[in-house]
Amino acid sequence: MSSAVAAAPTHGQVNSRLANREPVWVRWTLISVALLFLSGFLVMPLAIVFLQAFSKGWAAYAAALTESNALAAIRLTLLVAGISVPLNLVFGVCAAWAVAKFDFSGKSLLITLIDLPFSVSPVVSGLIYVLMFGLQGWLGPWLYEHDIKLIFAVPGIVMATVFVTFPFVARELIPLMQAQGTDEEEAAIVLGASGWQTFWRVTLPNIKWGLLYGVILSNARAMGEFGAVSVVSGHIRGQTNTIPLHVEILYNEYNSAAAFAVASLLALLALVTLALKSFLEWRLHASSSPKDDAE
Amino acid sequence: MSILKKHSVLPGFGLSLGFTLLYLSLVVLIPLSATFIKTATLGWGGFWEVITAPRVLASYKLTFSAALIGAGINTVFGLLVAWVLVRYEFFGKKLVDAIVDLPFALPTAVAGIALATIYSGKGWIGQMFVPLGIKIAYTPLGVVVALTFIGLPFVVRTVQPVLEEFEVELEEAAASLGATRLQTFVKVIFPTVWPALLTGFALAFARAVGEYGSVIFIAGNIPMVSEITPLLIITKLEQYDYAGATALATSMLIVSFLLLLAINVLQWWGQHRYSKR
Repeated sequence: MSSAVAAAPTHGQVNSRLANREPVWVRWTLISVALLFLSGFLVMPLAIVFLQAFSKGWAAYAAALTESNALAAIRLTLLVAGISVPLNLVFGVCAAWAVAKFDFSGKSLLITLIDLPFSVSPVVSGLIYVLMFGLQGWLGPWLYEHDIKLIFAVPGIVMATVFVTFPFVARELIPLMQAQGTDEEEAAIVLGASGWQTFWRVTLPNIKWGLLYGVILSNARAMGEFGAVSVVSGHIRGQTNTIPLHVEILYNEYNSAAAFAVASLLALLALVTLALKSFLEWRLHASSSPKDDAE
Repeated sequence: MSILKKHSVLPGFGLSLGFTLLYLSLVVLIPLSATFIKTATLGWGGFWEVITAPRVLASYKLTFSAALIGAGINTVFGLLVAWVLVRYEFFGKKLVDAIVDLPFALPTAVAGIALATIYSGKGWIGQMFVPLGIKIAYTPLGVVVALTFIGLPFVVRTVQPVLEEFEVELEEAAASLGATRLQTFVKVIFPTVWPALLTGFALAFARAVGEYGSVIFIAGNIPMVSEITPLLIITKLEQYDYAGATALATSMLIVSFLLLLAINVLQWWGQHRYSKR
């Protein structure tokens, strides 16, 4: 008897759950169609990169990566990301501090403007710098007279990359810092901490995971950017070719195995980015939910 | 600082906002306005002549229709993927969830050459369509494939949180009142999800319109047939036709800004609807 009574509510729950469930065959059809779609558009492209990269064996793979133009492309990509990511990191923290910690007019306009580069076509993102600093551009004649070359040279590539990765850190930090409010910082200031002390000891530990998240995403974009960099690079082998541009040149020369070998580096970067992103999302979630409970 | 609405004990407002505005102006606002000013020197007639040339019109038609179809495909399958990820349990779900963001992480050039290989006549998927007489790579269909790829995460990631927060009690109520599963979906779940779905569609469309890297390898780039507008900008630049390239860029910027405005309105509308409830 007692077991039947105990079982009754469980039984009721099962029924109510069944009312919200599709029949098994519907469920598995939906899952299969979704997975089929994702495999055609995501898994297969990823798999083909590695398969083609090794299609001529390990030796050819290693040769494609250690060839001098490939090495120059790798060095340039690291240099460009190494400059543009820290620049946008500093900007992102500054913008988030201003937007999240203070109340001022024109704030939502500022947030929209910060997001602007995301809605500009990569090609246009490169073009605007050609129009500013190229020979035909605004400052072109002056730069030419002073023998300064920005476009079709490394500075142009850095500027275009800074533009396309501009919003990443800021848009990650702004909502995070807005949600955290200003109470902890205000307490630190009232207790006598200086502004920098407050930032380093209170704010930074609170936002470190979100900061890293923004950095990872902007680094992935900085190293992989193609359209914008393609416009400002000039495609000089060994000098102004980044990894994606090197991939393009090899592919257009029908040197498919080498193109995919170099591309596999970027695919690996993408996989590492996704893994770190998932980890950081889990961290962000873990660090924010206990606080939600407390409030 | 007079624009500060209320006094704050926290320091650094002037410095952080000042640097933000300076950096924003140098990197984004001044270069973008330079483009508009450069276009203005063309005059209205010159601008109109460039953006209505037959080859340009053909590129607009291709770019916008392919972006529309790609975003449409993503709306249908994005909803499906989000639904499956939120509602069902299956092996490898975490991995599938993570890989949805691949188009954000994989450089466009790599995606371009990979898709071109898979969807060409000899590729894994392309060869399945050869007996049907359908060529995918190096035709406008290839453009649709590339634009579907790069827009894929947008719909999934905007719909997923809405589905996660959806109150199951509403479905139970509908079911207990005698609604079939399909009726519940169409009349209860879908109306809640659809602002997010529309936002995801708009985001995917906006991204697709400007896309360059993943498209050019699979498109074949035949003038009047499979040539997208961003490629035409590059072509004009390579011919030292700076005025033409600038005019095209301005037309694309205007479209981008209109789309950005539409997306902001959609997002505001979506949030507004939820906050009212």
